Amino acid sequence: MTRPTVLVLLDSPESAVTEVRSPVLELLTIARSLGRVDVVTLGAPSVEVLATLGAYGAQAVHQATLPTTLPPQAHHVTAVLASVLVAAVRRTDADVLLVPSSFAGKEAAAVAAARLGAGFVADASGVAWSEEGAPLRVAKRVFAGTWDTVSTVATDPAVVSVRANSVAATPADAPTHPEVEALPVIVAAPAVTVVTREVKQRTAGRPPLEEAAVVVAGGRGTGGDFGPVEDLADALGAAVGATRDAAFEGWFDSYIGQTGVTVAPRVYIGAGVSGAPHHRGGMQASQVVVAVNNDPEAPIFEISDFAVVGDLAHVLPQAAAAIRAHKAQA
Amino acid sequence: MRIVVLLKYVPDISSDRRFAEGRIVRDPAEGSLNELDENAVEAALRLVEAAPDAETSHVVAVTVAPETADIVLRKAFQMGVHRGIRVSDDALAGSDYFGTTAALAAAVRRLGEEEPVDLVVTGMAALDGLGSVVPALLADELGWPQLTLATSVALDGSTLTITRESDDVVETLSAPLPAVLSVSDAANSPRYPNFKLIMAARTKPVETWDAADLELDPADVGAAGARTATVEAAARPPRPETELVVDKGEGGTALADFLIRNDLV
Repeated sequence: MTRPTVLVLLDSPESAVTEVRSPVLELLTIARSLGRVDVVTLGAPSVEVLATLGAYGAQAVHQATLPTTLPPQAHHVTAVLASVLVAAVRRTDADVLLVPSSFAGKEAAAVAAARLGAGFVADASGVAWSEEGAPLRVAKRVFAGTWDTVSTVATDPAVVSVRANSVAATPADAPTHPEVEALPVIVAAPAVTVVTREVKQRTAGRPPLEEAAVVVAGGRGTGGDFGPVEDLADALGAAVGATRDAAFEGWFDSYIGQTGVTVAPRVYIGAGVSGAPHHRGGMQASQVVVAVNNDPEAPIFEISDFAVVGDLAHVLPQAAAAIRAHKAQA
Repeated sequence: MRIVVLLKYVPDISSDRRFAEGRIVRDPAEGSLNELDENAVEAALRLVEAAPDAETSHVVAVTVAPETADIVLRKAFQMGVHRGIRVSDDALAGSDYFGTTAALAAAVRRLGEEEPVDLVVTGMAALDGLGSVVPALLADELGWPQLTLATSVALDGSTLTITRESDDVVETLSAPLPAVLSVSDAANSPRYPNFKLIMAARTKPVETWDAADLELDPADVGAAGARTATVEAAARPPRPETELVVDKGEGGTALADFLIRNDLV
């Protein structure tokens, strides 16, 4: 194989691309280790975004040009995004397509793979060529983080969705200066109508849950008061999440679990979280697990590295204060 | 109205799951109906119950699985599903997303030849693999619109409208039938089986189809058609024993110390 081409999806919920989120920086880092890096995107990248893509070694940015008859909010419909990915793979003759492992990313990647006749691995934790070149080897953590597997993808191209926090994002040794090229995409009007579409506001100063390196989660044991959870998260620069039960009670909006957000941060801290299977399925791949619960029998203690049996309303603020004091010294 | 609901037999989440020769080993006794598929059954039943032609409307459950998986169809019968079909064939073992989709699409097409299918309903994910992409693949394969990850579902005439919250976006989407719908656990609360249906479910026949019945090309499905192969699998080392502190007033400081001394702050 000549030097392989790796295509990375730069996704954005908005029509203009004004930031490169950390999962995409991780994809660019992985892509650079595999070959030449090209980027595909729906919206126009800002000057800052182009500079960041250059710092991470992207050679070219392919910006989809969709029919003007297609309303902008329909651009994100799975069938349309899949058409964009297929067109970009064909244009660049890419050997590997990498997308972030969001629900939207996975659906579009899978449909693109189907249309390309390509193999697809979802939720990878690492991607590398075999020692002899092809095939592509894709690492994956399965069974709620209890097993590690490696799959090979027999097709060219190979399509892979990669989970956040899989590698440390690192800039290229020598920056590039990628140019934006128009990528004409022919697509039929999708059968799905987008009636309303609202991009969620991100909490200022706090990382998004799915990308965060440190996560503090609150469960039933909070009794609905997320104050101590948010206090500790702020001290750590962490994201906040809830269990499904706590979210369904209306105590917090986003939850970690099999049907919610899957997280695999460096540190997960569960406060008042019992460790029900649904939640464990969404957090068990975390590197270090810390739990605070007043029930010494809570199942989460079985999978914790460090645990405090105690009242979270007392333990969390004390931990937050100690961490703030430590940071002030440093 | 005629709805097909797709069911998956999954190993119990707390059971010991492992790999051997690149395949997942499942003890049949440990499996059960994928929990989210109960939400799919509930959504399907509610739609046919509310249909103007409710008298003649019905729900057909389909599962691709070995014989041991009939318990998932029994569970669906207990909830009120009218007909159950199991697609079983050795040729389907080891199917990847695409082989699974081919088998499911063929089953939906065959049902459609008997009588039109208005809707296919699935759970938003199978709680074993958590890939969550088969509903989208199935819609693309059938050429039908997809309404996935629904947290609420409403049917007006032949237009299906859902709301969903995924990643960064809250959306309302609609599409004409026939369509593929996947529901989350927020979409509804699955009903409890009633006694009459429990009794009836015991003797309700399960129809079985094989790859030939569905005119599946053996090269497209199972291990033969898989475009990926699991070549290595290893259990992660168990976590070191939990460092447990009982809070006597200094629990928070101990927690902070743990993070600081492990360079995690």
